[in-house]
Amino acid sequence: MKTAIIQYNAGNIQSVLYALERLGTSAIVTDNIEAIQAADKVIFPGVGEASTAMEYLKQRNLDVVIKNLQQPVLGICLGMQLMCTTSEENNTTCLGIFEENVRQFKTADPIIKVPQIGWNTITNLKTNLFNQVPENSYAYFVHGYYAAIGAHTIATTNYIQPYSSALNKRNFYGVQFHPEKSAKVGEQIIKNFLELT
Amino acid sequence: MLTKRIIPCLDIKDGRTVKGINFEQIRDAGDPVELGALYASQGADELVFLDITATVEKRKTLSELVNKIAHRINIPFTVGGGIKTEADVSVLLQNGADKIAVNTAAFLDPTIINRFAKNFGSQCVVLAIDAKCEADNNWYVYLKGGREKTDMLVTEWAKRAVDLGVGEILLTSMNHDGTKQGFALDITAALAESLPVPIIASGGGGTTAHFYDVFTKGKADAALAASIFHYKEIAIPDLKYFLHEKGIPIRL
Repeated sequence: MKTAIIQYNAGNIQSVLYALERLGTSAIVTDNIEAIQAADKVIFPGVGEASTAMEYLKQRNLDVVIKNLQQPVLGICLGMQLMCTTSEENNTTCLGIFEENVRQFKTADPIIKVPQIGWNTITNLKTNLFNQVPENSYAYFVHGYYAAIGAHTIATTNYIQPYSSALNKRNFYGVQFHPEKSAKVGEQIIKNFLELT
Repeated sequence: MLTKRIIPCLDIKDGRTVKGINFEQIRDAGDPVELGALYASQGADELVFLDITATVEKRKTLSELVNKIAHRINIPFTVGGGIKTEADVSVLLQNGADKIAVNTAAFLDPTIINRFAKNFGSQCVVLAIDAKCEADNNWYVYLKGGREKTDMLVTEWAKRAVDLGVGEILLTSMNHDGTKQGFALDITAALAESLPVPIIASGGGGTTAHFYDVFTKGKADAALAASIFHYKEIAIPDLKYFLHEKGIPIRL
């Protein structure tokens, strides 16, 4: 099986590769269009800022390539947000795979921190992405923007309000948390993704 | 619900884990990669690695160590020690670090906070502050591993750093570090209640009750400790179960 991790101007890409290696598999990290299209599975990771990332993808035509992929695709964190329609982060037009608008967390309570950093529970788990993952498992999150609950929601997390911690539409999956940093739970989710058909 | 985090800290010197008392009297505490992996398997929420002898020659060694850690560990980790430039940050992140911690260099040139946040995102910039409560009852910022006093108040520096873009603050009380007498609750709460970023409390954790206090009275988002974990005085699973039983949101 060939897995491609999309290389672009965002952080945390190596961590995803290392997580796959810990599971005894490997991947190529690439921005080569043919290599991405030819892969059996595509991972679209990322930590960073939405508008800069979208600009980079567009310049390389990767925006069109990603939304036309037919194999299972997993967006992680910023990757998931970029798969939505728009993001409030610098009013960015995103890929439009999931019909959701990404919004900024807002709170008047000074003790509630934005971004959310740390471990939170994932509930209402749907699809095979969460095979053998118990309800209320903990995953590691780092984000200041979120996708609301909607038709594509396959996991829910509560921070300030309930929001989508995972989305799915056809072959496209997105997770707001970092499975590559979410201990055993994260490993199971990555393993499940690699086993999707 | 977002949980409070328990963060073992590994001070690294010449590739080994060490731990001092009140920033001195350094003792050997083992291989950092093995120790980090052990803590991750025991339920640590994050790890912090601080290279206390970071010099230009040591930098390559540190990035190699970070790479080994990243290959073994399935939880987030922060690396600090002598980080001054974008190139330093870039190498550590490329080798798998999730966050970097800055201290003295950021104080001497606060624009690096702004540049790091812009280039790598606030979420990966942790400001470490070594704080000491002086006879006038004010908390002052210390530099260079606690060897050099400044006239800057901790509250003032922390606020300025948040405005410049740090994503988290790691606050170490020099008065409490290594004493096992409990965390500095007052200054921790002062920062946690006034700043929009998470506060990691460090220095003084000696009993499970100290951790309960720092999360309740200290309002800390995370608590960091070293020697009690290295010398197996408190096991991470026991600590987390205790906190859970006391009603603190914690990942078991």
